[in-house]
Amino acid sequence: MSDFIGGVYDVIVVGAGHAGCEAALATARLGFSTAIFTLNLDNIANMPCNPNIGGTAKGQLVREVDALGGQMGISADANFIQSKILNKAKGPAVYSLRAQIDRRAYSDYMKHVLEMQENLEIKQAEVTDILCKDKRIKGIRVHTGTVYYCKALILTTGTYLNGSIIIGESKVSSGPDGLLPANKLSNSLKELGIELLRFKTGTPPRLNERSIDYSKLIEQPGDEEIVPFSFLTGELNIEQVPCYMTHTTEETHRIIRENLHRSPMYSGEIKGIGARYCPSIEDKIVRFADKESHQVFVEPMGLGTKEVYLQGMSTSMPEDVQLKMVRSLPGLENAQIMRPAYAIEYDCINPAQLKLSLEIKGIEGLFFAGQINGSSGYEEAAAQGLMAGINAAMKLQNREPLVLDRSQAYIGVLIDDLVTKGTNEPYRMMTSRAEYRLYLRQDNADVRLTSIGYKIGLVTQERFDRFMAKSRLIEKEIKRLQETVLPANNEINEFMLRHGSTKIVTGIKLYDLLKRPEIEYHYLSEIGQGADLPKEVIEQVSISIKYEGYLKRQMNQIEQFKRMEERRLPEEIDYSSIHGLSTEARQKLNAIKPVSLGQASRISGVSPADISVLLVYLESRKRKG
Amino acid sequence: MINDTIAGVSTAVGNSGISVIRLSGPEAFLIADKIFKGKYTVSEQKSHTIQYGKIISNETKEVIDEVLLSKMEAPRTYTRENVVEISSHGGYTIAVSLLNLLYKNGARPAEPGEFTKRAFLNGRIDLSQAEAVMDIIQARTQRVSKIAVKQLEGSVSQKLNEIRERIITLLSDIEVNLDYPEYDAEEITLSKAERAAEEIINELDGLIRSFHYGKLLREGMDVVIAGRPNVGKSSLMNRLTRKNRSIVTDIPGTTRDTVEEYVNIKGIPVKLVDTAGVRDTFDRVEQQGVERSIKAISDADFVIILIDISKGFITEDQDVLNKVLGENKPYVLCFNKTDLVKDKQTINEFINSYPGAILMSIYEDTGIDELEERIFGYATENRQDMDNQVLITNARHESQLRKAKELLESAHRASQLNMTLDMVALDLKAALEELGKITGHHADEDVINAIFSRFCLGK
Ligand SMILES: Nc1nc2c(ncn2[C@@H]2O[C@H](COP(=O)(O)OP(=O)(O)OP(=O)(O)O)[C@@H](O)[C@H]2O)c(=O)[nH]1
Ligand SMILES: [Mg+2]
Repeated sequence: MSDFIGGVYDVIVVGAGHAGCEAALATARLGFSTAIFTLNLDNIANMPCNPNIGGTAKGQLVREVDALGGQMGISADANFIQSKILNKAKGPAVYSLRAQIDRRAYSDYMKHVLEMQENLEIKQAEVTDILCKDKRIKGIRVHTGTVYYCKALILTTGTYLNGSIIIGESKVSSGPDGLLPANKLSNSLKELGIELLRFKTGTPPRLNERSIDYSKLIEQPGDEEIVPFSFLTGELNIEQVPCYMTHTTEETHRIIRENLHRSPMYSGEIKGIGARYCPSIEDKIVRFADKESHQVFVEPMGLGTKEVYLQGMSTSMPEDVQLKMVRSLPGLENAQIMRPAYAIEYDCINPAQLKLSLEIKGIEGLFFAGQINGSSGYEEAAAQGLMAGINAAMKLQNREPLVLDRSQAYIGVLIDDLVTKGTNEPYRMMTSRAEYRLYLRQDNADVRLTSIGYKIGLVTQERFDRFMAKSRLIEKEIKRLQETVLPANNEINEFMLRHGSTKIVTGIKLYDLLKRPEIEYHYLSEIGQGADLPKEVIEQVSISIKYEGYLKRQMNQIEQFKRMEERRLPEEIDYSSIHGLSTEARQKLNAIKPVSLGQASRISGVSPADISVLLVYLESRKRKG
Repeated sequence: MINDTIAGVSTAVGNSGISVIRLSGPEAFLIADKIFKGKYTVSEQKSHTIQYGKIISNETKEVIDEVLLSKMEAPRTYTRENVVEISSHGGYTIAVSLLNLLYKNGARPAEPGEFTKRAFLNGRIDLSQAEAVMDIIQARTQRVSKIAVKQLEGSVSQKLNEIRERIITLLSDIEVNLDYPEYDAEEITLSKAERAAEEIINELDGLIRSFHYGKLLREGMDVVIAGRPNVGKSSLMNRLTRKNRSIVTDIPGTTRDTVEEYVNIKGIPVKLVDTAGVRDTFDRVEQQGVERSIKAISDADFVIILIDISKGFITEDQDVLNKVLGENKPYVLCFNKTDLVKDKQTINEFINSYPGAILMSIYEDTGIDELEERIFGYATENRQDMDNQVLITNARHESQLRKAKELLESAHRASQLNMTLDMVALDLKAALEELGKITGHHADEDVINAIFSRFCLGK
């Protein structure tokens, strides 16, 4: 019997989570016929864990996705119920936007965006096989046997591959949020010779908020002034919903300690590798035994539901213990658990098998993005999805892949870390992973990336024009501040003293005035020197003046870094034939096939001396011609 | 890619005492001009010529050394870059001061083998040698890391690691606050950061001061020749200085006052002090001399106790030894006049009862080398051998420690000025990277300049 061919597309995306949506939208928007497959159409862009988007480093990722023409920022702006800038006092490099999201509304919104997208078909099916011929992607087969053909395939299966959910002594085959797992695809990947890892993550219980005594909790409101994620979104004004805070008690800790033997993490039932940064509550209590209490947050999951998320109480304890634990928290004495907390184990690939374009080495046209690459988080997933989509499109257009480096974007740090260093736990983005954090800010994501997105073709003319207009305003304002000199008169000196600064004796440029840490931009209007400019323009102007010295230093570092990235290492180099390399370096270099000397230098086991050997090798190669 | 100017030693401070410091890179002439005073400025000087002049510290205005400076314009040079070579007679200490002066004036410490690396990358070394170059890189790197590890053994490395740990602690305290703003980690305030930075600066300061070629090497060391009368102290002094400075007679009590003379022992500047023989005496002049001898011992960095082996180790010798032990001074016992003792048996007995003692005959010129070796060894203790590599590594380490300190000062200032924590973190991270270059905890971005290998610099 011959196969039923269900369709032929340029690109097929498997999985419609945060990575899949970005990937499919990118290829479709770039003009390629695309099909996106999901196990369940009602859970597109689902948030099976925390109901928020953004946060430290993650907020920056969302901004970057947006600046490149991605979807996540726009969707978040349309569906948030609370917004907050974190780290406001800690400096511009780490300001991070985070929004609580209406989970169902977000999912419906994303589904609608996909449905409305030109060139995009949405299909519900379980993909069981990857079809490959001569090391080149041909298509997929789904559980019904139907075959679909494509030129490029992007796998964004999240935590569904061979998923199993563990709650106490119970372990069942399942995807997150009680959805179906994908049990067949792992085998297909193994048959293609792809190395799989087994990771573990977890989620806390969900409660009915009617069972919570909020009078005992501390309210955590959103910011008064709402900053959107997307550079396209204008003023935002909504009625925000608060979060609440409570904490674990001595009683909680006692319950956990007494029941540790029933935790699958400790009984050895769970074998997947969990992340150090996201421990379950039992982990926290075992590892930080002297800490008397841990914070717990109650976060709303949407306007249309009473279900709330209990951040900080991730656990895989049995249900009866969970209930006791939850009810030992102040305000939650009568709490009703709607969904218990669980741990989930899943298959992912070893990301070191990927190229920086997110295409896997050795199979033409097969791309991976999101949690299947060993990362965690919606934002990390979206960022990879966007890049995989762009690069699948670049491949079909016969263009160079788009690889952002570590000095251009968090996206670059994320992918470089995964691909070059691999990971042995679910990878979460953190600002401290970025060497050039001061430059990779959320306020200038557009400066860093919008022109690139424009060249790729994802950034619309409208977005580009807005960006250019903003850039011009910034430039003009900086020029004005540099050219305006204030005289050293009484008015100015009174102004200076009023703001805790020191008197001036000669004239001073507005620019130099703003360099003083104590003088804020918005004070200028007091001396008739303010300007009526958009907030985001003022923000960038202030940052670039206040931190000029640091920024210059950072730019110098970036320049040095770039020099190493620009030394390309041709793909065909056989490292085992290079004289003078250490054995370990040979193996690692042959496996990773770094594209530049810079990337090579970040591979563990490749020493500075090996890099020098490569330098000499490159030079002699060049001279041989 | 190569665009900075590097400085390092191209010829070891050998027995000749001559060291050649090499500067290579676009700024070589400009940097040399900042510290060199000759008939012409280096910039004016004709290419491939040598001129005589003085190296003057542009900070202290002090003359460091008189040198010969040769100028070579690119491309007809070893590295195919602008090159300046400064030959100095000053030995180890001067070479280090000279290098540090260059580092302060804009040159970067050359990595081992970097001159050769540049020579190759700039096309000066033939392609046929590429493989040899690559081989050497691996081999020498291993050696260099061994030396670095050895050098860092002991108190210096312990201190360095302590400082690193402290920075890491402070930095991670800050980072956790930045990356997890809503977790209930203890909040790190600017004033806390300020205090911590200050403490680390002090530690770094101490380390910079004690790091290497400490006081002994910078200021030289005082070596006192002590012993009872007539054992040959003045003879030894004259032998070591190769001058007839001290009066030698066979009358005990010849030397009545301390006599000082400067010598260079294997590159170490040494102030030798000949003393009046220690004994009980009624002669008031001699008494004064003995008192001075005792004072000299208590001021000494190192004491040579001379004994006349033909007379045996007598009570008066023991008295001298007790004085030295009482002052807790490092010393060496030298049994002089072995030429007078004919039977081997006596000599062997001495050696067995005083292990570590040196047998000496100034008449026959034996034991002198061994003594010099012992003095040098003491001066360079914990510093392995004073070869080229050690010199270079030390000077580079010092420059990195200073950079780390500057960055911490910047972090400290930022905290004081109420800058934000992210800026403080930026400085701390950079400081950590500087220290990482010493300890080998290598920071990713600077790899282009990372250790190429231990090419003996300048070959
Ligand atoms: N045989 C022999 N005689 C030596 C040797 N070294 C020194 N002498 C002799 O020992 C005598 C004393 O030498 P000095 O150098 O004056 O002794 P000193 O220790 O300085 O004596 P005071 O200054 O009087 O304390 C002289 O006659 C030297 O020539 C040696 O190695 N062998
Ligand atoms: Mg004498």
